Amino acid sequence: MMTSTAVSEVPDSEAPSDQKARSKGSGGNLGRYIIIRLLLIIPTVFILVSMVFLLMHLIGDPITAALGGRLPPDQLAERIHAAGYDRPIFIQYFEYLGQLVTGNFGTTLTTNQQISDIVFEKGAATLELAFYGLIVAFIVGIPLGMLAAYLRDRWPDAMLRVLAILFYATPVFFAGLLLKLVFSVWLKVLPVNGRASPRTELNLQFLDHPTNIYLIDAFRTGNPADIADVLTHAILPGLALGLLTAGIFLRLVRLNVIGTLGQDYVDAARSRGVGEFRLVRKHAYKPALVPIITVIGLQIALLLGGAVLTETTFEWKGLGFTLVEFIKARDFVAVQGIVVFLAVVVAVTNFVVDIIAALIDPRVRY
Amino acid sequence: MSTPVIVKPSIWSRLPLIRELKQSVGWQRGMLIAGLVIIAIFLLTAIFAEWLAPFGYSQLSDENGTFGAQLPPGGAHLLGTTVGGYDVFSRVIWGAQTAALVIIIAVMLSVFAGVILGLVSGYFGGWLDRVLVVVADAVYAFPSLLLAIVMSIVISGGRSGLFTGLMAAAISITVVFIPQYFRVIRSETVRMKAEAFVESAKVIGASNARVMFRHVLRNSTRTLPLILTLNASEAILTLAGLGFLGFGIEPTAAAEWGFDLNKSISDVAAGIWWTSIFPGTAIVLVVLGITLVGESLNDLADPRLRTRHRALTSGAGQTDVDELEENL
Repeated sequence: MMTSTAVSEVPDSEAPSDQKARSKGSGGNLGRYIIIRLLLIIPTVFILVSMVFLLMHLIGDPITAALGGRLPPDQLAERIHAAGYDRPIFIQYFEYLGQLVTGNFGTTLTTNQQISDIVFEKGAATLELAFYGLIVAFIVGIPLGMLAAYLRDRWPDAMLRVLAILFYATPVFFAGLLLKLVFSVWLKVLPVNGRASPRTELNLQFLDHPTNIYLIDAFRTGNPADIADVLTHAILPGLALGLLTAGIFLRLVRLNVIGTLGQDYVDAARSRGVGEFRLVRKHAYKPALVPIITVIGLQIALLLGGAVLTETTFEWKGLGFTLVEFIKARDFVAVQGIVVFLAVVVAVTNFVVDIIAALIDPRVRY
Repeated sequence: MSTPVIVKPSIWSRLPLIRELKQSVGWQRGMLIAGLVIIAIFLLTAIFAEWLAPFGYSQLSDENGTFGAQLPPGGAHLLGTTVGGYDVFSRVIWGAQTAALVIIIAVMLSVFAGVILGLVSGYFGGWLDRVLVVVADAVYAFPSLLLAIVMSIVISGGRSGLFTGLMAAAISITVVFIPQYFRVIRSETVRMKAEAFVESAKVIGASNARVMFRHVLRNSTRTLPLILTLNASEAILTLAGLGFLGFGIEPTAAAEWGFDLNKSISDVAAGIWWTSIFPGTAIVLVVLGITLVGESLNDLADPRLRTRHRALTSGAGQTDVDELEENL
């Protein structure tokens, strides 16, 4: 059933929007765009889920992968049969799709937990880390990018560009190790690992309905020591993850501001005697931000990949950290569940980002 | 795209890179040259690793007995030894060879697959084209590291020797990059298909294959060098990321920087800095070099970004000012 919608969706949704753009020029109906864009999520998620499912099943059944060699063959066969992994692959596939539609990601093999529970608990930690990373990226990347555009082709511009490339060229885990070495080991001002010290973690456990976003939970305890503890633990991972994206933002802001600075309306303002600095800040900056918003959508994917590495570096117990643990335990059911969940997250964020871009810039609604 | 070149400059000055080098001025030239120098050093290190490295990548002892673990830099071990008792300097040198091999295999495979798919998809169109575009977009939007992890589980089952490890890393990276080449080549092909010279070739009776490879492909590869450099740097980062998460190549099979960084996590907390800083710096330098070249090529291809020559030096040789719309 999902197959037919997925395949027929694409041409249907493209044709009318094309026609519309041709007949009416720019503009267009926002509501219609949102619906079309929403429907496009389905084939994207469907393709990724199918791909991950097929790839993970190429290596055989998950039970042999996890327990092979540790159980006698007859017991192994029994467990495979009980879990239904000896049935034809397409039956398993449709069953899996059916489970996913109801929000059931399955149960892990090694720890026998609901994968959806793991995803929501650990996902909160990853969300928190990604949030810190984005804040660092904005604070560092956007002002420096504007500065580089303003000082274009002079030496500070060259330095800033090399800095941006350095941010990008440094793998997040190496950046993390360096930051740790300097601030935790040599200067001893920030904690080495984890999301909070054990005492704070204990305090947070006692809240009813913890969100598992430690910053929110810490504010709910109202204890300043807990808030400070959570924040000091966040600085290094946030920086490690954020600087990577900051480099990309810096480059993008620079490129786009330079692009808009060459436009006629900026020339017009210049000829009226508006100063160069004001041109960058007031005239060229805002239009230059639109492409950045659309690019953030792609950054989400990079940020998630970076989060996996950052979490491993700092023992930040989020989804990435958990994913790596399950990979090491060869629990491929859990790996598949987490990867599929992340695919949904990426598709939905891209959708939201596209809608925001369409709200800001009517030209996007083709 | 068909730019009328009236006076052809000499072949030497039309070679890629040489042409760009001549075109560049000021900081841009500095960045391009710095990048090229770093890449040259990296490649030379990779080629001559056997002679440059004092010890083998998996060597634990010499005639004076075992090396000992976590020795600080100095003496027989220029950059110290790791927790496993390997010589850091030798592993950094050998790591260049692994990195270079993986990049070359990964980039070649993905260019090959991406170009063929893009060409066929763009040229013939139809339902195959639609399906491929949706698949490519889906893969493109997905976190590349996760995809590479899934691929390396599939290829090597999570374990890796030398050849399987190298190939697993390379193929994992390939799958991630194919959509990028696919998208670029497909959109160029769709554009080229409408050109008059393609139609005239068809009228003469040229076969589809001939039109595709001789007329369309030759004119669609303009942006490839740029994506190639960007991908090469991404390939190193993905390889290192895989290694860091434990999908690397076993230390007895080859040296891999990401793997060494993974082993150094616990060293860092104990203040042992030499096991992480040197392999990490090697990664940063190589990515930096490749990205510097890629960025410079990008700027030089875009007239809005090119630092302008003073009036007397510009002029000839700058006929192609068609815009390179890089899709970010």
